[in-house]
Amino acid sequence: MTTPATNRIVTSPAAVRRRGSLLSFEESWSLFFILPFALTFILFIAYPIAYALYLGSDLSAYPRVLTDPIYLQTLVNTFVFIVFGVGVKMLLALALSSFFVLPGRGVRLISALFLIPWVAPHIPTILSIRWMLNSDWGMINNLIFQLFRVDGPAWLTQPSYGMFSIITVHIWKYLPFWTMIIVAARLGIPKDLYEAAKIDGASPSQQFRYVTFPAIAGVFLTSTMLSAIWSLGDFNSIYLLTGGGPMERTNTLATMGIRYAFRKADFEAGVVTMMSALPVLVPLIVILLRRMREQR
Amino acid sequence: MIDTSADTAPWRLRDRLFMVGISIVLIVWSLLPIYHMVVLSLTPPREGFAGHLWPVNPTLENYVTVLTQGDYYLSKFWQQFGNSVFCAVAASAIVLVCSLMASFAISRLRPRFGPLVSYVALIAYFVPATFLAIPFYQVMNTYGLLGNQLSLILCVVAFATPYAIWVLQQNAHTLPDELDEAAKLDGATPLQMFVLIYVPLMMPTIVAVGAFALMLSWNEYLYAFLLLSDEAHFTIPVMLGQFMADDAAPWPLLMTSGVIYMLPPVAFYYLARQFQTSGMMSGSVKG
Repeated sequence: MTTPATNRIVTSPAAVRRRGSLLSFEESWSLFFILPFALTFILFIAYPIAYALYLGSDLSAYPRVLTDPIYLQTLVNTFVFIVFGVGVKMLLALALSSFFVLPGRGVRLISALFLIPWVAPHIPTILSIRWMLNSDWGMINNLIFQLFRVDGPAWLTQPSYGMFSIITVHIWKYLPFWTMIIVAARLGIPKDLYEAAKIDGASPSQQFRYVTFPAIAGVFLTSTMLSAIWSLGDFNSIYLLTGGGPMERTNTLATMGIRYAFRKADFEAGVVTMMSALPVLVPLIVILLRRMREQR
Repeated sequence: MIDTSADTAPWRLRDRLFMVGISIVLIVWSLLPIYHMVVLSLTPPREGFAGHLWPVNPTLENYVTVLTQGDYYLSKFWQQFGNSVFCAVAASAIVLVCSLMASFAISRLRPRFGPLVSYVALIAYFVPATFLAIPFYQVMNTYGLLGNQLSLILCVVAFATPYAIWVLQQNAHTLPDELDEAAKLDGATPLQMFVLIYVPLMMPTIVAVGAFALMLSWNEYLYAFLLLSDEAHFTIPVMLGQFMADDAAPWPLLMTSGVIYMLPPVAFYYLARQFQTSGMMSGSVKG
């Protein structure tokens, strides 16, 4: 939208000052400054989106995908992954924020360690968990055997345990980030609100309910929606842990789309699979856009 | 309501124990996979299947093997490490240029179309990258960039720039307008204002945004795995992912290279954490 007019920027300041010219002096320069972003956006975001919509308009791919029992299983898995992955993660983040807002060096030290899952790269850590959870030789089942003398469950090779492990890894990876977002929001609440509540005799739980939660409800809701969007796009927690297996029973839309496209070389089916998240994705993005703009 | 903050010693003890309990759970939860990685990296290669809880017969053999590229999977370790560094640095540099320029225009020059651009950036920031992987791959094919590291760099640029613009723009609004007005009176062009005023004053945010782009590129797995096809062009995550191909792969070596690969971002993060808190803004107007 901004590119065609960019050769205008070379015009001298005096020439642009004329009344009634299309762009002011500042606006002409703005075009120059926005150009690099505009180019990368058009070439690498807008065009791929348009291309995806074009591929997704191929109606012949829909019956192929919709009649695939694995696709239906994938829809269920995605629902479970989002509801439990996001729900449990955000509630834990809210609960843990009560711990991390406490003053003191001990809490600061633990918060630095607590952030490691988020700071450490996905690949080696999730692969490490994959090895730990191996039912035959992993550390976890070895520990279970040493403690209870029973064989631990098949964490990765039984579909429902597989989903449980996937959700746990997702929470392990992203809980620190959201906890710290909520901690930051809580630290921004004016202290005198708590003073006033204490004078009125509010218990800690009442303080949380009537002071803390109303103050951070907006941030919490925005975070939850943003987390839902990004969790839909979480590929690594699934692919690196179970690879979607056993027998494709632990895929979500993200891994299934990639699988159709690159394992079965069926790009249309891949795009259609990804696009079935749009009825959730688009409303979330629209609501978030409104909320983020209101905050400014 | 009973005031629990009163000095009732038994309560205090219970609170303390509760705090210690939570702390232990949090530390074990956060560090167990990392600990497991380190244990496995210190385990002799043939004992990877033993499921040791701590290093039995600890050895640095794996580290020697990785650093001397002494295994089939690791035959190009240093080259791939270099690829990761190159892609991360190049991508971050481009992200910074694009996002600094755009945020300067939006927040300091304030064109009528500024809000539109920031809106577009926000939308791009919300879209999960995974959902564009298939068309992105196709489009890169059209551009003739498949297999080229430039495609990975451009992917990071495309997905990191919108967030960078958003963060920079939020912070740019806090810069006082008087600075720009004074520069304008002295006859500075927008380009001079950008280079001499905007970029230096935004330094703390630049560090934060640069770190974000570095991390995003360093971590990127899916796109790197789809876009790069030649082992000589692989970044470290793609090389690590290859170990998943079979369980007979030497996982102690995988974990060892994982530890080495993990160190730079973790070290960088803890160093940058302190740097970010020191704002450069204080006193730039009051003088």
